[in-house]
Amino acid sequence: MHQTLPALYQSFGKRHDSLIPILQGIQNKLKYIPKEAISIIANELSMYESDIYGVITFYTQFRLSPVGQHIIKVCKGTACHVGGAETVGEAVSEMLQISKNETSRGNKFTLEYVACLGCCSLAPVMMIDDKVYAHLTKEKIKKILEEY
Amino acid sequence: MGNREIVVLMGTCGKSAGADRVYDKFASALKAKSIAGVELKQSGCAGLCYSEVNVRTFRDGKEYLYAQITEDDVEKFIDSEIIENKTYMEKILFEADPVDDTALFPKQKRIVLRNCGKITPTSVDDYIAKDGYKAILKALTMPPEKVVQEIKDSGLRGRGGAGFPTGLKWELTRKNPAPEGRYFICNADEGDPGAFMDRSVLEGDPHSVIEGMLIGAYAIGANHGYIYVRAEYPLAVKHCLKAIEDAKARGFLGENIMGSGFSFDLKTKEGAGAFVCGEETALIASIEGKRGMPSLRPPYPAEKGVFGKSTVINNVETLANIPWIILNGGSKYSETGYEKSRGTKVFALAGKIKKGGLVEVPMGTTLREVIYDIGGGMAEPEYKFKAVQLGGPSGGCIPERLLDLPVDYESLVKTGAIMGSGGMVIMDERSCMVDLARYFLNFTQNESCGKCTFCRLGTKRMLEILERICKGQGTMDDLTLLQEIAKKCSTSSLCALGGSAPNPVLTTLKYFYDEYVEHIVNKRCPAKYCKKLLTYTINDKCIGCTACARKCPVKAISGEKKTRHFIDQQKCIKCGACVATCKFNAIDTE
Ligand SMILES: Cc1cc2nc3c(=O)[nH]c(=O)nc-3n(C[C@H](O)[C@H](O)[C@H](O)COP(=O)(O)O)c2cc1C
Ligand code: SF4
Ligand code: SF4
Ligand code: FES
Ligand code: FES
Repeated sequence: MHQTLPALYQSFGKRHDSLIPILQGIQNKLKYIPKEAISIIANELSMYESDIYGVITFYTQFRLSPVGQHIIKVCKGTACHVGGAETVGEAVSEMLQISKNETSRGNKFTLEYVACLGCCSLAPVMMIDDKVYAHLTKEKIKKILEEY
Repeated sequence: MGNREIVVLMGTCGKSAGADRVYDKFASALKAKSIAGVELKQSGCAGLCYSEVNVRTFRDGKEYLYAQITEDDVEKFIDSEIIENKTYMEKILFEADPVDDTALFPKQKRIVLRNCGKITPTSVDDYIAKDGYKAILKALTMPPEKVVQEIKDSGLRGRGGAGFPTGLKWELTRKNPAPEGRYFICNADEGDPGAFMDRSVLEGDPHSVIEGMLIGAYAIGANHGYIYVRAEYPLAVKHCLKAIEDAKARGFLGENIMGSGFSFDLKTKEGAGAFVCGEETALIASIEGKRGMPSLRPPYPAEKGVFGKSTVINNVETLANIPWIILNGGSKYSETGYEKSRGTKVFALAGKIKKGGLVEVPMGTTLREVIYDIGGGMAEPEYKFKAVQLGGPSGGCIPERLLDLPVDYESLVKTGAIMGSGGMVIMDERSCMVDLARYFLNFTQNESCGKCTFCRLGTKRMLEILERICKGQGTMDDLTLLQEIAKKCSTSSLCALGGSAPNPVLTTLKYFYDEYVEHIVNKRCPAKYCKKLLTYTINDKCIGCTACARKCPVKAISGEKKTRHFIDQQKCIKCGACVATCKFNAIDTE
């Protein structure tokens, strides 16, 4: 983090409107925002820590605790709901023995839900890291998870 | 063979269907067969999600579009298309005259999607070859007022939801004195679940959006701009960044553009996963690095926008229309359309429809034409059409009998739904309308920023009522209460999130009242969706595999191995686990 931050300040500047890009930069690297980062940023940007917490907790993207190697985002959008997203979520939960926002044993996967991935016509879908998997069925999910 | 092209359509959709693998296979196969003179290209998508992976070729002045290409097709494809100069009949979708999109897409008119699936989105030269950046060059020779007038003449209205006339928005902003300069923002937050046209345009034709912004910025006198794009769209973000870089290198962005004296500096901002940030004042707060809470208008962004400066915010689809309008003229654009809705609209078809994907139709086309003639009707025709959900969480459900309605802003509002961003989710008789209302309330309740009481708590109360009804614990009084809260929520919310959150409830109550009554009075879910209202029994398909009995959390299922099992209705808690477990369709629900 101590290497990441200066680069981020350099790209975005030490301004209040750089807060979100800076947080995004940290999360891109570490997949979450560590507590100590918040006080460092508060200092550098001359902001209150509480305001930074306010921003972090407002946006669903930000996480305050570490996650697994891969992040699974199961879509809970309308088309996916109509197409059986509930079963997808349940299947992933069952196979990995985790619920929403939990990390599987061995620290491999973290399960999250998102509102829509924009691949609605291929519902139900989920994303693992940056890759979208479509037309999911229980069998397909099993095969996909085994690939990781 | 000469200069042949093989274009693989590689939007996010295409990639998830395996377009990367198909592309790689083409590359290796061409090499293995030592075929030269064939250019292998990547493109965005043509919106034909149902037939991914798509591949496009051109031969003897004609365009050929192939569907459902897999790695196994590649060799045969090359043999036929490239070596024998013959159509690869097994997977041909359409063949058409390349100048004429109407042959490829009957009943459609492609303005916004004009380049999607045709050009390589990461190549500025490809865009320029399709008359790209000609419109800004033309605009720069016109006085800004004339540019605004052209957009006013086109009748274009904002495609982000509210349908505010774009030309008028620009004019009002221009008229505001802005000694400190202005901003021009592209709203690419696309938060409505069920809509994906903005993603597709940014992935497939990012320069058209940048050019639209440039024209707008010139017209209103803005020198700074942002594209605010959802973080859930990594490929769109990537293509935007590349397009900005290339446009800069060619002198279309930056200082003194094309020697005109006009400067425009453009950056991207990634959203951070809050639906309400699509609302313009919340979006502004988010760009400024704050919590994305909407604020009271007036002042409108035109007066006081980003960093307190005069700002225009337009949607991606709105902006993609702009270069076309400048090149072809506002009056030409307004030739298409219906009453006060001019031009075309892109719809995203999803749900239980045969040909899901993006379609662009003239305003005034009927819903039936969109769903049946273009969309091919129901995905599984044995199940009847029930409703189309239009406009996402702010929209509503439209029943069969209203399908002959023309799509235009005013007609749709009369139904209680809205045009919104143009997401259409088609449902058949297996979807429960009470559950759908519950689904949307859950969404809005989650996404409410919490500022307004009725949006924060009203949605919560409505959600609780709907959950009760779905479990068979509702009363008829609940329906009155629902309507009452809905009315208050729509009138006492600051922004349209709360203001329109009741729409899904109100439209389902209006068109599917009987279904609510059925849940409440007869404790039945006609769509057989609400688990708690079903009775589970085992039929004679049961082979006695014991899988369900092991799964049942309350041990309600009994029976010997290899003999038919039974469910003790007294014990059953209606969790549905047995249905999901049984591989033999032996569990009936009623
Ligand atoms: C809760 C809420 C979410 C919105 N989400 C979006 C969105 O994702 N994209 C969008 O373009 N407009 C969205 N809007 C509408 C914007 O506030 C704004 O009207 C629009 O971007 C203006 O652009 P236009 O005139 O080109 O339509 C949303 C509005 C509300 C109230
Ligand atoms: S209506 Fe809802 S989302 Fe909009 S400002 Fe009020 S509480 Fe926030
Ligand atoms: S619905 Fe649930 S409780 Fe009832 S029999 Fe099936 S598994 Fe058991
Ligand atoms: S609803 Fe799931 S991708 Fe849009
Ligand atoms: S084909 Fe691109 S949106 Fe699906």
